[in-house]
Amino acid sequence: MREITYAQAINEGLRQCMEKDDRVIVMGEDIGRYGGIFQVTAGLLDQFGPTRVIDTPISESAFVGAGVGAALTGLRPVVEVMFIDFTTVCMDMIVNQMAKMHYMFGGRGNVPMVLRTNIGAGRGAAAQHSQSFHAFFMHIPGLFVAAPSTPYDAKGLLIEAIENENPVIFVEHKKLYAEKGPVPEEYYRIPFGEAEIKRKGEDVTVVATHAMVGRALRAAEEASRDGIHVEVVDPRTLTPLDKETILESVMKTGRLVVADEGHRTCGVAAEISALVCEEAIEYLKAPVFRVCSPDTPVPFSPPLEQAYIPDEKDLLPAFKEIMKYA
Amino acid sequence: MGITKQKAIELYSVMVKIRMFEEQVQDLYARGMIPGLAHLYIGEEAVAAGVCGALEREDYITSTHRGHGHVIAKGADVRYMMAELFGKTTGYCKGKGGSMHIADMAMGILGANGIAGGGLPIAVGAAFSAKYRNSGQIVACFFGDGSSNNGTFHESLNFASLHKLPVIFVCENNLYGISVSQRMHQPIQDIAIRATSYDMPGVVVDGNDAVAVYEASLKAVKRARAGEGPTLIECKTYRWRGHHEGDPNLGARYRDREEIEQWKKRCPIKRLEGRLLEERWLSRRKMEEIQKAIAQELDEAVSFAQQSPYPAPGDIFTDVYVAG
Repeated sequence: MREITYAQAINEGLRQCMEKDDRVIVMGEDIGRYGGIFQVTAGLLDQFGPTRVIDTPISESAFVGAGVGAALTGLRPVVEVMFIDFTTVCMDMIVNQMAKMHYMFGGRGNVPMVLRTNIGAGRGAAAQHSQSFHAFFMHIPGLFVAAPSTPYDAKGLLIEAIENENPVIFVEHKKLYAEKGPVPEEYYRIPFGEAEIKRKGEDVTVVATHAMVGRALRAAEEASRDGIHVEVVDPRTLTPLDKETILESVMKTGRLVVADEGHRTCGVAAEISALVCEEAIEYLKAPVFRVCSPDTPVPFSPPLEQAYIPDEKDLLPAFKEIMKYA
Repeated sequence: MGITKQKAIELYSVMVKIRMFEEQVQDLYARGMIPGLAHLYIGEEAVAAGVCGALEREDYITSTHRGHGHVIAKGADVRYMMAELFGKTTGYCKGKGGSMHIADMAMGILGANGIAGGGLPIAVGAAFSAKYRNSGQIVACFFGDGSSNNGTFHESLNFASLHKLPVIFVCENNLYGISVSQRMHQPIQDIAIRATSYDMPGVVVDGNDAVAVYEASLKAVKRARAGEGPTLIECKTYRWRGHHEGDPNLGARYRDREEIEQWKKRCPIKRLEGRLLEERWLSRRKMEEIQKAIAQELDEAVSFAQQSPYPAPGDIFTDVYVAG
């Protein structure tokens, strides 16, 4: 199968949805002529024109809210917020409007809207362009939260997000944009709530999200040389969460490491840890380990940022440590 | 172009219906029969009636926390409204939304909104959608003087004007954002002047004159439908009741009795009554008949609400997501 990057896979998903359904429009800052700050929307303006590919003013509340209004009245907007850090300036539109309409109106009115954004440190962009607070959105009922880790998943989940009748926060990872992987040329959907086991193993389960999946796979490969067999479970969507696949894996291995680039406190890893403690504690042979970003803002200086980012340097010791429990 | 007899009677009926609905709610609330919050629209009826009178059924509105008047004027059924206020399953939102969240997509009511300034971007999106679909629909977006200080106001006017979207921004300047008077919350008197920054017409109208509001709205509607873009209409008005029922407002704290009494003398309903009598379009007797019919409709709405069942506790989990 041909290989394309994560950014190209999302671009292709958008393009195919726009070709198939003229209710699909894209809006955001610098997504048209510029092609998106990470080139995810490159070429869409040329193909679909300025009525469907809208370069917006720097007015996140206006264009995210406009997405809600357009979705309520028959369109399927895909709105890009350049960095997840910028969702804080339009949180009302996301949390009080986009997420609430369907329930608050007693099922009257759907908001089939996708808000694309990205997380991740590692580009020297410091504390306001590098955060990974996708857990915020997992905390809000009414939103679906997608978390693709590969080009294949990115395209299939995006198409599902656009076809879905519910509002979706589509959380990309900026360090994955240039990563390549096999992606079918055809239109395909990956259902929400279906985790994928990215590597089989019997000793330790690592539930990993976004870029932590690749990091966990590399750490697992290394651990295997020491005879530690790690199973890597990628939830792919955080809401809905495929609890069954996670629990089955933990029941088999008896050891859980949760790896997520969000902060440790109240993050995705905390939630998955709690889930396993509530529903499968009798299977655990060891305490749950969390490999996350520390509870500090993202620092700028390269050595500090590298120390900040959770990766193989943190995962491998976690695997070794958790194996010390019988 | 003057208002027609038929339209004047329609505006009158709508205003009376809003007033009587709100008086009914005031009474029910005082008797503890309606839970939660009730922000009454009494005194501001001419705005909703005048603006919605200029719209077609297919057009959209976005509303506010003080939304009963807007949705009645847009054609909402008072039975489902009342049932929603009571928190019953037969309400517009099946009891999930209450007073601040009445919505009826079939009537173009994109929801009352509990967040001050929350409706503006949504109205812009609906207008974008109407333009994109070439549907000919327009959007009337209601908000208050307080919300005109919110970022969403400025962002939305800018976006709408930039794209020449078919939307009418209706600012109900009732002189107070809860307890803070306009002179304490902004350095200008006429909010309409803010339209200049966004290159759209800004109009000040007497918000207690239903005919003036209607005529200004018609002009804005015409402009919007012609693809010429948005208009900002500022309606100067006043709420007679407190911010919400239970607000210790009536002459103490943030405004005085004299001010309230002065505004009551400018009752929008009495004003249109005068015009209707003067033009000999409606007799006193006909007015009483209209009031009687509305009273009956409201009595039926209250009975309907009272007799309807409350949701079952398990209903808490329905409609979080669209099924399927």
